Amino acid sequence: MTETLDTPLDHAPEAGAGLQRRTVTLRIRRFNPEAGDTEPSWHDYPVEVLPTDRILDALNKIKWEQDGTLTYRRSCAHGICGSDAMRINGRNRLACKTLIKDLNMDAAITVEAIKGLPLEKDLIVDMEPFFQAYRDINPFLITESHEPTRERLQSQHDRDRFDDTTKCILCAACTTACPVFWTDGQYFGPAAIVGAHRFIFDSRDEGASQRLDILNDREGVWRCRTTFNCTEACPRGIQITQAIQEVKRALISRRV
Amino acid sequence: MSQTEATEIGAPRSPRTFGSSGRSNFELYSWLFMRVSGLVLVFLVLGHLFIMNILDGGVQRINFAFVAGRWSSPFWQVWDLVMLWLAQLHGGNGLRVIINDYAERDTTRLWLKAALYASMVLILVTGTLVIFTFDPNIG
Repeated sequence: MTETLDTPLDHAPEAGAGLQRRTVTLRIRRFNPEAGDTEPSWHDYPVEVLPTDRILDALNKIKWEQDGTLTYRRSCAHGICGSDAMRINGRNRLACKTLIKDLNMDAAITVEAIKGLPLEKDLIVDMEPFFQAYRDINPFLITESHEPTRERLQSQHDRDRFDDTTKCILCAACTTACPVFWTDGQYFGPAAIVGAHRFIFDSRDEGASQRLDILNDREGVWRCRTTFNCTEACPRGIQITQAIQEVKRALISRRV
Repeated sequence: MSQTEATEIGAPRSPRTFGSSGRSNFELYSWLFMRVSGLVLVFLVLGHLFIMNILDGGVQRINFAFVAGRWSSPFWQVWDLVMLWLAQLHGGNGLRVIINDYAERDTTRLWLKAALYASMVLILVTGTLVIFTFDPNIG
């Protein structure tokens, strides 16, 4: 389940037929401390788009044709690199996976930086605290037994156990949608727990108990209030809240 | 809250060391306690409400003699004692968690928690005292 659109695609218009260029307004929350801004402020940008364009296309159009100072991150532009997570119409989404026609085109579309991380400029936040939380859960294979002479075998059943959490692209849409993270930046956040889940439930990995100890911390999984904001925000459709609950259960039974 | 305020708050997730300093299962046990006590309280509180408000003419029949009669039995003493402690600890722990979630400044958090713990101790001590030292001949 990786569908993130607000409406199903079953009435998608044929390419070319009936597709009208139209002007939509992007209301962008801009902030440039180098230009002396002390507070972010909203600015409206009318931009001519096809309804099938993505928010990222509209942002590119604004940057290339209207205001070159507009700043945002994007790399692959195809929903894999996870660099263009932003808050669009009040919801965390990837700009490269959000079609304009799936939003209300008659009203201004609000675009702002993700919340809870220090804002640096326009749509760019400091991601370092987010990556630090990910590093803290040791996101790499840990083994103690002898190395096999050939590859580490795993059954399909064992692989399926953690398949969902392997899909994470570290875009931070989940962590910055979490109300606990908003008020307490020391919380690990859903993304780090998803990263830990991916290894804790991997049959080849032997570092489960040390990762569980880390997540047993005051700022670990017990801060989760199961509000499902993370699951709702995830552009990859990962069942994040379920993964967090599975880690809690593993902590109580100490069995993976 | 504006973003400039956000930048003044310390950076999220400043690196910390794990292990040596105070690794404890407190949050785990507190989470488990909430689930278990919640289940027990459903039974205790609904039972209490049913006996007090619905059974045998309901709330109209409650007077000093009724309470005295109930507390002469160890069963109701234990029931009320368990309900008092579980409800107080369950509610108190819930408020502790809410304070942790919403109080941003350390001093606010400290004072809110101090007030919370003080009120919990006060209610637990007076409640327990009344249940154990209740004198039916006082009237």
